Amino acid sequence: MAEIIQNEGGGKHKGKKRAKKLSTHIDMTPMVDLFCLLLTFFMLTTAFSKPKVMDIMLPKDQPPDAIRQKIDDSKVLNVILDEKDRVFYYFGMANPSKPDKMPALLESNFSKDGIRKVLLKRNLKLYSRIDSLNMGVLKGDIKIPRDSVKSEIKKLKSDDKLNLGYIVLVKATEKAKYGDFVNLMDEMSIANIPTYSIVEMSKIEKKMVEDFKNKPVN
Amino acid sequence: MSKVKMTVRTPKMDMTPMVDLFCLLLTFFMLTTSFRPQEAVQVDTPSSVSENIAPEKNVFTIYVSKEGKVFYNLDNGADSSLHIRGKVLKDMATQLQVNFTPQQIAKFEDLASFGMPLKDLPAWIDAEGSKRDAMQTGIPIDSLNNELIYWVLFSRKQNPEAFATIKGDSEADYKVVSEIFEMLKKNNVVKFNLTTNLEKVEVNINDIK
Repeated sequence: MAEIIQNEGGGKHKGKKRAKKLSTHIDMTPMVDLFCLLLTFFMLTTAFSKPKVMDIMLPKDQPPDAIRQKIDDSKVLNVILDEKDRVFYYFGMANPSKPDKMPALLESNFSKDGIRKVLLKRNLKLYSRIDSLNMGVLKGDIKIPRDSVKSEIKKLKSDDKLNLGYIVLVKATEKAKYGDFVNLMDEMSIANIPTYSIVEMSKIEKKMVEDFKNKPVN
Repeated sequence: MSKVKMTVRTPKMDMTPMVDLFCLLLTFFMLTTSFRPQEAVQVDTPSSVSENIAPEKNVFTIYVSKEGKVFYNLDNGADSSLHIRGKVLKDMATQLQVNFTPQQIAKFEDLASFGMPLKDLPAWIDAEGSKRDAMQTGIPIDSLNNELIYWVLFSRKQNPEAFATIKGDSEADYKVVSEIFEMLKKNNVVKFNLTTNLEKVEVNINDIK
């Protein structure tokens, strides 16, 4: 303290006083530069949306002499994927030994009213059951814990498997794209289709698709 | 003695709020960031409504590019001290009779996805980072020379908990993917994941009736 007083007392020059008034500002530019750089780096490298996955289950390969479950023809919906996002479907089975009873091949697409509607119509009973369960839980009419909704839906699905036993067979031509396959799998999960299977196309089906494409448009 | 007076004052801006904001954002990004793994190939995944989050550990991923090339990636298991990648590579080396030096195996453990026949792998490991991309020619999956099957087999052998994931480009041929399905099925991998992007879909039940 004494020193400061001394200094003040002895201060004759104005310059000294000015030096004391020096602002306490620090040059922050380098820091800001660094922050800016790091910020840009982290913003560019960060991945916000974690990739999502879709589960797929394939049936295990069965020995050729295994007893195969007979599927009722009327319960089968066949969906065939083709090039350029085209989708064909038909009900029943194409049996080469009954050429007069060939099921009609229909074309659809991946729009809102396309194959989704076909699948939903097919699965309407189960779908409305699941829908009413979901709505009931949302509105609070059905009092079950949130985490058991999934298992409840699973139960509904397996009930449906026993009662109705509708099945969708997914087939694809050589030129189909993987994106369409995932799209179709997606439509199935939207429509809550309980049973589906991925199978190879038969010769007769290839012919059906060819015939359909070659048919003149009137 | 004439003194030069500083008449021109440098314009000063108060940067404190900006620095505050930067500091805040930087902290946010530093804390939330999870680094994107480097991938051998750009894959445009198809979108789906599935909301399941991809597992980060114990996975092996099969990439299918637009051109139908196949790439592969596997992780070191639950933690890198398990050296799963190195063990799988050693198995591969004995199976296909390709020699790797211990240094190459150690380096391979730190690398990410790759896609080339095993005989080209040592060169890829030794290559400079920038030259690596050109060497990715795809893993052979023909019936005569199917190396992918060994990769999957040994990955499963070394890490039985590993989960299969297929990350395909939406423009890739379905044929290639279905061959991979078949191959996985033959190896008793019947449950696996397909990597997708999230997409929201609304369905109104009254529209259908």
